[in-house]
Amino acid sequence: MLNPNLNLNQNLFDKEKIELKSVRDGFGDGLMELGKTNPDVVVLTADLSESTRVEKFAKEYPQRFFECGVAEQNMAAIAAGLGVSGKIAFISSYAVFSPGKNWETIRTTTVYNQANVKIAGHHTGIATGADGVTHQASEDIAITRCWPGIQIFSPCDAVEAQKATIASVQINTPVYLRFSRQKSPIITTEQTPFTSGQIVDFWQTENPQVTIFATGYLLYQALLAAKELEEENIPTIVANVATIKPLDGENILKLTQISQAVVTVEDHQIMGGMGGAIAEFLAQNKPLPMEFIGLQNTFAQSGSPEDLMKKYGLDKDAIKSAVKKVIERKIK
Amino acid sequence: MPTALTEDQIKDLEKKANLIRQIIIIMLYEAGSGHPAGSLGMADIFTALYFQILNHKPDNPNWEDRDKLILSNGHICPVQYAALALSGYFPVKEIKTLRKIDSRLQGHPHRTSLPGIETTSGPLGEGLSQAIGMALASKLNNKSIQVYCLGSDGELEEGNTWEAVMFAGKNKLENLILIIDRNNIQIDGTTENIMPLEPLKDKFQAFNWNVLEMDGNDMNTVIATINQAKEMKSPTVIIAHTVPGKGVNFMENKVEWHGKAPNKEETKKALEELC
Repeated sequence: MLNPNLNLNQNLFDKEKIELKSVRDGFGDGLMELGKTNPDVVVLTADLSESTRVEKFAKEYPQRFFECGVAEQNMAAIAAGLGVSGKIAFISSYAVFSPGKNWETIRTTTVYNQANVKIAGHHTGIATGADGVTHQASEDIAITRCWPGIQIFSPCDAVEAQKATIASVQINTPVYLRFSRQKSPIITTEQTPFTSGQIVDFWQTENPQVTIFATGYLLYQALLAAKELEEENIPTIVANVATIKPLDGENILKLTQISQAVVTVEDHQIMGGMGGAIAEFLAQNKPLPMEFIGLQNTFAQSGSPEDLMKKYGLDKDAIKSAVKKVIERKIK
Repeated sequence: MPTALTEDQIKDLEKKANLIRQIIIIMLYEAGSGHPAGSLGMADIFTALYFQILNHKPDNPNWEDRDKLILSNGHICPVQYAALALSGYFPVKEIKTLRKIDSRLQGHPHRTSLPGIETTSGPLGEGLSQAIGMALASKLNNKSIQVYCLGSDGELEEGNTWEAVMFAGKNKLENLILIIDRNNIQIDGTTENIMPLEPLKDKFQAFNWNVLEMDGNDMNTVIATINQAKEMKSPTVIIAHTVPGKGVNFMENKVEWHGKAPNKEETKKALEELC
């Protein structure tokens, strides 16, 4: 059942009533809040103000907004200059371009330089859809989580995205924020607590056979899978990995204590992703059988988010199969 | 070009520049690797900035009203380390630790390792953008600090440079001065063979920058030209014509001294020439 302490959306499993909102909208909402409350916050974009949801901030706080044109390296290094000068600089673009195209610029001028810059990566995952592979970031977790001293937030819905955006300025280190484009179910509510650095069980069971760790919008698919599995007498835990780095090892151990088996779920390449991070941790602390939901060493293609999730094995049915497979491996 | 300085003051600064050159040679010999040509060529400009032009407090490196000096081509950091040490940012004896384990003097400058380093650099083409960020922050804070970015001619080949040049021109950053070390050499050869940069002046003018040129190895000219740039109302680039390896005859204008440390004999010879 849904964790009763989290005040999650009560309409979560009601297809008629569930509200859909793009995760990126929460970023825009968070920036508007920060614009009001924190005069040090500045925002930069590289010709993507509308689609990365910084347009409202730009209109409301023009003095604190910098349009860099189609120049992601310049945007990143300007932000670093601001970030070492007392400002908190958000750079906002598609993740393929930032932190993709400007990876080394961010590495040197923000991460190694310890500049107070927040990198907002949009259009992550194949669910970005029709634009195709060139605009679907599926490696961004891999290329950021190998950086020492960065934190990575990957919110599950627009409400959590707003909270993660606001929480990111409480941290003086660089933060990578991962957002998706398509409309997706609102899982949490205003009252759901968000604590950076914590992995939280959204779906609880007394005697779980498997623990599912999911990040981003796919958490919803994991919850749908858990509900259906429960009806098949396969109890599971579903945990929301909203912070990928630093990894909450303590809760990973706690949440796998009974299940002794893991499935990870992310819209990202399997290699180097959130599942990889958990595998690295478990291999060193408590090796367990694991299955990974994500892109299996392939690029995707254009299509609707639903068609892509189905074809590339990211939806609830794929998650259910992975759960059953890992149970079999556990028994063997 | 006249400056407000007396002949004696200019002479003192020239002596300081010479001392910086000696320190560069000693540092690079001790380190066993590094970049002498650009470091020696820029010694006069660094001397002018740290000992005459910059508004700074070496005993309070984070003083918030200080001018900012950003070194974009981080590989010539020996000249900056020497200038910082002689200014009092850290003990001069520490220069012998360059590039060694646990040293604050990293092979390329790292902001949080050493006082006086405003930002991390090494990968080329990133300094001007960071200087722009600092210039913007200064304007947002209603400060009237001056931001100086020092870069090389070779790194103008990086696309990031021109992204930054466009941005600064558009935003009319009058508190920003870029000084380009126009010494015509880069790792693989001369700039005009590797990737021609001329007509360089026209390029910057086309992006709405003021352009000044100077002999970057003449102390009087350097000071007068930078002072002139400070008075200008939009971003200004100073194309500083320098001699790579300046002051050490066998290194001058030699591409091979871009990134090679002198051995014991070469060090002795170089120091004899400088002292």
